[in-house]
Amino acid sequence: MAIRTEIIVCGGTGCMSSNSQDIKNEFEKQLKALKLDKEVNVIMSGCFGLCEKGPVVVVYPDTIFYAHMTVGDVEEICREHILKGRVVERKAYKEATEDDVMKIKKFREINFYAKQKRMALRNCGMINPFDIKEAIGHDGYKALGKVLTEMTPQEVIDVISKSGLRGRGGAGFPTGLKWSLAAKNDVKQKYMICNADEGDPGAFMDRAVLEGDPHSVIEAMAIAGYAIGASQGYVYVRAEYPLAVERLNFAIKQAYEYGLLGKHIFGTKFSFDLEARLGAGAFVCGEETALMASIEGERGMPRNKPPFPANCGLWQKPTIINNVETLANVPQIILNGAEWFASIGTEKSKGTKVFALGGKINNTGLLEIPMGTTLREVIYEIGGGIPKGKQFKAVQTGGPSGGCLTAKHLDTPIDYDNLTALGSMMGSGGMIVMDEDNCMVDVARFFLEFTVDESCGKCTPCREGTRRMLEILEKITKGKGEMEDLEELRDLANTIKDSALCGLGQTAPNPVLSTLNNFYDEYVAHVKDKVCPAGVCKALIKYYITDACKGCGLCKRNCPAQAISGELKQQHHIDTTKCIKCGACKASCKFGAIITK
Amino acid sequence: MKSLAELEKIRNEEKKKMNLRDIKHGYQIVVGMGTCGINAGARDVLMAIVDEVDKKDLRDVTVTISGCIGECEYEPVVKVIDTKGKEFIYGKVTAETGKKIVDEHVMNNKVVQDMLLEKYKG
Ligand SMILES: Cc1cc2nc3c(=O)[nH]c(=O)nc-3n(C[C@H](O)[C@H](O)[C@H](O)COP(=O)(O)O)c2cc1C
Ligand code: SF4
Ligand code: SF4
Ligand code: SF4
Ligand code: FES
Repeated sequence: MAIRTEIIVCGGTGCMSSNSQDIKNEFEKQLKALKLDKEVNVIMSGCFGLCEKGPVVVVYPDTIFYAHMTVGDVEEICREHILKGRVVERKAYKEATEDDVMKIKKFREINFYAKQKRMALRNCGMINPFDIKEAIGHDGYKALGKVLTEMTPQEVIDVISKSGLRGRGGAGFPTGLKWSLAAKNDVKQKYMICNADEGDPGAFMDRAVLEGDPHSVIEAMAIAGYAIGASQGYVYVRAEYPLAVERLNFAIKQAYEYGLLGKHIFGTKFSFDLEARLGAGAFVCGEETALMASIEGERGMPRNKPPFPANCGLWQKPTIINNVETLANVPQIILNGAEWFASIGTEKSKGTKVFALGGKINNTGLLEIPMGTTLREVIYEIGGGIPKGKQFKAVQTGGPSGGCLTAKHLDTPIDYDNLTALGSMMGSGGMIVMDEDNCMVDVARFFLEFTVDESCGKCTPCREGTRRMLEILEKITKGKGEMEDLEELRDLANTIKDSALCGLGQTAPNPVLSTLNNFYDEYVAHVKDKVCPAGVCKALIKYYITDACKGCGLCKRNCPAQAISGELKQQHHIDTTKCIKCGACKASCKFGAIITK
Repeated sequence: MKSLAELEKIRNEEKKKMNLRDIKHGYQIVVGMGTCGINAGARDVLMAIVDEVDKKDLRDVTVTISGCIGECEYEPVVKVIDTKGKEFIYGKVTAETGKKIVDEHVMNNKVVQDMLLEKYKG
């Protein structure tokens, strides 16, 4: 009997943490009960990107997208939709039409996907990552076959160079050029490493690729190995990604079973071994020299460059390190050609970029856009805008190494050079949206706190300098800052930028510098007027009850400090000398009568 | 994996298996699956059509089901939507005639005139 329907249940980390495995099991159970199990397949895939709506289930061929699924919804979907063709309206994803009616939107028509171009993520949400055959059915290992049987290593490097592919791990170095540096070294032993450390808080692009499409990375590693002349590869993946590690290891095993790793691949002379290495989770271990030290069993600390890894890397051998997303693009470039890839994107940034969109945004999740898409398109069209009708304030790209951009930058086409010119950077693809309720001094403090925690301590500018900057920021957020502090912050930032040993220290001042440049008034308000305009910095705010108060008494009951007084049905008051600024009253008031100033 | 041919073989088999997930541009076949349709044998018709589409390897054709379309007298009902979006509704379809609709209308663009709903209604 032929299969007439496929049900794909999201098995990404987000959906798995809200029980999508149980949902899949329940589908299998219900289908069996309805005797539909011979005509309907249930598959578990990687992340669909729209994690905000998870757990996600998509039904083919109708392409109905079910959102916020629970185990309890499964029976109805099987009985109504799968058996009788009646879509379960209440669970199907809807979007408002022009006249504001909520209408069911099919998977491929959802606004979130409409402006995207999924290349690195092409198989995420489409295939079962535990089945190498599904990957092969989506052209997996075809590029490796082509490379090994039809192309010389130099030809492979030429195609990648011509395509304009640049590293997606942060720095944006041209991939083809990097490969050629290692290829030139005429030594027997070389290494290929995939960087899947992904330490940026909030970022999960690389995790999603490994969870949803591990074979694209394995294939690319073998292609890169052939191009540079390496027969051994490592994927350095953080241990905090258990699903990614499990699926990658399973996929590596399957690739060996199919002879797509190991000796004489496709009957050629080329052999390639691949192994996953678990990282301990320090942010600095994502830096390439620290990463290699960690694989060698040393403490993960950066070292000076040169020598560059392409000449002297892992165990002193020529080594190439590429990011997961960089690699995920490689097989398609081989199959579709350099011109195809170079036709997408901007003049100096080709192809697409994956972003993890988070913060004050309606559609948090993972998206992939052609380079050159504007921040406005990402935030308003794909991201669905700012929740609760709040005002957009800033967007932070590049994680702790990046900077904050403002409303006046919204129409900037996203590419490496534009973001750098504006004082931020592409980074690995974290994108955090902030609204009027975010305090930019506090944001800068947050990122700096992260860097101070993660600094390995090897060089003084980073170890001492970032700590000193953090102290100043804390002083400012406590209302004890002076105008000279702002100048010192800027001086320290510039010194650290120029003198730190590795990228962590060199980029750590970016969040501070960009907020100083774009939100100077907000710093001044903290320092001179001793107020936090966004009402975030605890020491600088006071809680007040406005005349919107209905006198319900709820806040009074919730206040742990007995700071609120008032008779029922009359306006209440807060005694600011008793208030400990816990925020409990503001959170509990149903009338929005409690404000901070 | 000893050769490209071996990979290509798996690729083709799998491509066909995962065909339901592809974007399609061809004919759409919709089988009415209301309670009356099911009682009249719509499930057999559905499976016969799915099998025929599979056997003839019509990868650009979509087969879906829908709820009752209010033609209970003429169930099982099958709707065919051609590539220009024109709709044809067939009534009293059986497993056998369902296959015929696939072979003649969907594959050869020859409408099976005597099974159209409007013919039954006179
Ligand atoms: C502190 C620090 C952390 C980094 N973390 C990562 C990471 O998690 N993943 C990554 O691919 N690159 C990371 N990088 C960049 C790597 O050093 C390296 O440039 C990159 O892996 C090269 O791959 P690509 O050319 O494909 O981008 C980090 C760099 C620094 C300075
Ligand atoms: S810049 Fe910071 S993380 Fe990098 S080597 Fe120096 S102390 Fe370590
Ligand atoms: S909860 Fe709000 S409305 Fe109720 S007493 Fe407190 S401030 Fe007034
Ligand atoms: S912020 Fe906390 S302590 Fe202050 S008034 Fe509200 S509930 Fe009481
Ligand atoms: S984890 Fe399910 S959509 Fe991202």
